Amino acid sequence: MAAPAMVTAASIAAAVRAGTTKAADLVEQHLATIAAREPEIHAFNLVLADEARAQAARIDALAAEGNDPGPLAGVTVALKDNMCTRGIPTTCSSKILAGWKPPYDATVVRTLQAAGAIVVGKTNLDEFAMGSSTENSAFGPTRNPHDISRVPGGSSGGSAAAVAAGFSHLSLGSDTGGSIRQPAALCGVVGVKPTYGYVSRYGLVAFASSLDQIGPFANSVEDAALVLDVIGGHDPHDSTSIPQPHPSLVGAIQQGVEGLRVGRISDLPAGADPDVQARLDLAFETLQAAGATIVDVEVPAFSFGLTAYYLIAPAEASSNLARYDGVRYGLRVEAADTDSMYGATRTAGFGDEVKRRIMLGTYALSAGYYDAYYGKALKVRRLIHDDFERAYQQADVLLTPTSPSVAFKFGAKGDNPFAMYLCDTYTIPTNLAGHPAMSVPFGTGTEGLPVGVQVLAGTLQEPTMFRVAAALERSMK
Amino acid sequence: MSDRITAADVAKVARLARLDLSPQEIERMTAQLDGMLEHFADVDALDLADVAPMTQPFPLVNVFRADVVQPGLDRDEVLAAAPAAQDGRFRVPPTGGVEG
Repeated sequence: MAAPAMVTAASIAAAVRAGTTKAADLVEQHLATIAAREPEIHAFNLVLADEARAQAARIDALAAEGNDPGPLAGVTVALKDNMCTRGIPTTCSSKILAGWKPPYDATVVRTLQAAGAIVVGKTNLDEFAMGSSTENSAFGPTRNPHDISRVPGGSSGGSAAAVAAGFSHLSLGSDTGGSIRQPAALCGVVGVKPTYGYVSRYGLVAFASSLDQIGPFANSVEDAALVLDVIGGHDPHDSTSIPQPHPSLVGAIQQGVEGLRVGRISDLPAGADPDVQARLDLAFETLQAAGATIVDVEVPAFSFGLTAYYLIAPAEASSNLARYDGVRYGLRVEAADTDSMYGATRTAGFGDEVKRRIMLGTYALSAGYYDAYYGKALKVRRLIHDDFERAYQQADVLLTPTSPSVAFKFGAKGDNPFAMYLCDTYTIPTNLAGHPAMSVPFGTGTEGLPVGVQVLAGTLQEPTMFRVAAALERSMK
Repeated sequence: MSDRITAADVAKVARLARLDLSPQEIERMTAQLDGMLEHFADVDALDLADVAPMTQPFPLVNVFRADVVQPGLDRDEVLAAAPAAQDGRFRVPPTGGVEG
């Protein structure tokens, strides 16, 4: 495992802004690392070497002219391949979008580039972000840089692996039920799902619109904070983005955790492996030693999260994915009439897991079943939200495992879809509530593989969440 | 819901979702969906009569912007990504089809 450069993104940007480090050299270093290890990792669907070099030249020229190239000047970033990049293929790791070149950039792509960041590639994912291992990618799985016989997690497995393998300083993923946090835990990097609406979703290909949220992967809590300070904020193109400025998270992490109340969920669903549980126990002790108070809280509806999610997310997905019909973009399988073309195109273009979720969602929304399934799931969502809100009256943050286990072997979950869904037991309820949560690397478990601890907080309580994450990180140094 | 999902249900849903599933796929999908819906039994046991459904993390409010012309997507660029285009429009085979 050679994750090089324990240099912060902020220090890199400072050196590039000052002209003491060339963005062009940073790009070449990363392209060399990619050339050496990408064949065995397969983090990328597409490496953007020419584009990265061109952007680096622009950044260096700006610095040389005495202009400020921005707070992420020269910092390399990888984008999950479900974020639109104008004129550059965006596939969602699906055959149905293979080769599609979007006519516009996602807002996060524009804000990152305006801040001086350099996009080095588009990363692999489970098709349409549906999965927890990247095994559902139409273009083959990504391998975990810590052990290539194991999955990197998912669905943002390529983005997590890219940062873990040193292919880029940072990356972006999307998290609908744990798709940033779980791969972050399995690859030993920081991964953040902000409050719903914290970051614009404009140009993020929709999976489940009431749950999807973009967030960063990084080698440090500070780097993740810096990215969110850049990409967070209101976007007129996304009416669900929160119309108020966010306080600086980089500023927040300097504070300690003294006096904070850290909640232990006494009725958390069982299922975490002993090695993961041991690290969580140590995390509580660490925070207590740093001056926090540990309190026991209950979140009774937590255990219903998985069931509610697997009706709500597929229902929204079945609606969102109706747009793939072979008319305006992506794959078309020719047929005698439009109706036959829709069926032939979708059947050929979607993989098994996507079909399964479209079927489940269509069923849950269909006449006669809507109230019984989808309607009830929405009520359970309310229970989960309200239970969390009560817990956050007693505790400033909550701590849980991120993933029940360390990275597992390819094929370990077999053909049972529900076995894979259980990977997201601890991450899903956050998405349903709309709250922020993040995974912080916190030592290792079985066979020396990374373990992540999840820090959860209430709506827009990112500053407190980052303080706690930073304290856990500091204790590991 | 105590009713089990049947192969006929699955075939109907596949038609609604515009997916052409083979008889073998319908059989496999029926078993998998049935297995997933079984997990719903614990939710089914909850008393949810007085709980309001939650569709969004935040209440949605209507959003207005100034009525000023803004640049839109470039038509040629959009049509260049289409499987077939003609005369500035998307081209498709004859619409409709036989309802099956």
